[in-house]
Amino acid sequence: MLDKVIFFFFAGVAILSAALMVTRRNAMHSAVFLITTLLATAGIFLQLRAEFIFIAQVILYVGGIMVLFIFVIMLVSLDVALHQVQFSRQKWVALFVTLALAAEVGVMLWSSRQVPGQGFLVPNAMPAGKLPANTEALAGRLFDAYLLPFEIASVLLLVAMVGAVVMAKKRT
Amino acid sequence: MMPIGYYLFLSMALFLIGAIGVITRRNVIVVLMSIELILNAANINLVAFSRIFGDVAGQVFALFIIADAAAEAAVGLGIIIAFFRNRETVLEDEMGLLKW
Repeated sequence: MLDKVIFFFFAGVAILSAALMVTRRNAMHSAVFLITTLLATAGIFLQLRAEFIFIAQVILYVGGIMVLFIFVIMLVSLDVALHQVQFSRQKWVALFVTLALAAEVGVMLWSSRQVPGQGFLVPNAMPAGKLPANTEALAGRLFDAYLLPFEIASVLLLVAMVGAVVMAKKRT
Repeated sequence: MMPIGYYLFLSMALFLIGAIGVITRRNVIVVLMSIELILNAANINLVAFSRIFGDVAGQVFALFIIADAAAEAAVGLGIIIAFFRNRETVLEDEMGLLKW
């Protein structure tokens, strides 16, 4: 019961503020609503008992990436731009893509219901009390089976850092 | 835990809102933020399936996606700053230099 209340609260906040993020005129307001969405998603992760991802989401996404976004909005945004049209004329393309994707997922959810006992709507997860310690299990898996992807990710971050500095610096 | 269909539905809703943002917005920064929203929707799926199968591999991949999102945001915002310094605009339909 409590699980359900928490899930619907965070899911409602996430979807509502995501919709507000896409429709706001001011880019700074969009950024603030995106932060709300990311925090609500972090709440969903906590409800799924993924504590490490929850902390990584709050520190990395909200504390790191979004601060970067807000810096760039303050560097780049012109007051003139606020009075211009904020939407390109592609709403029919958007409508088509949205309907196609929604129909696809809808058919998937509906057809998975037809097989009794096999559907996506059947809960069969381990009870929360029997899960191993999340951070410990994650670290064991990350530094054992996924060590090579981990190293590649660190090289990727290094390349991204160098590339961002090279592109953002003043040309001499 | 709730039935996994609820998580799939939430993930689909966030993905579609992000896709609408990518297609319809003119401001490139907001487009980049919509891409972050799409990556986040994928993360919800990974973590939900990791919970239902009792296997932390999904959470490992969610961690990799967060690292990729950080790299993508850094490079994308660097490009936006460089472009703004040259052209004084962040609206994507004014970025028609290669269009003839």
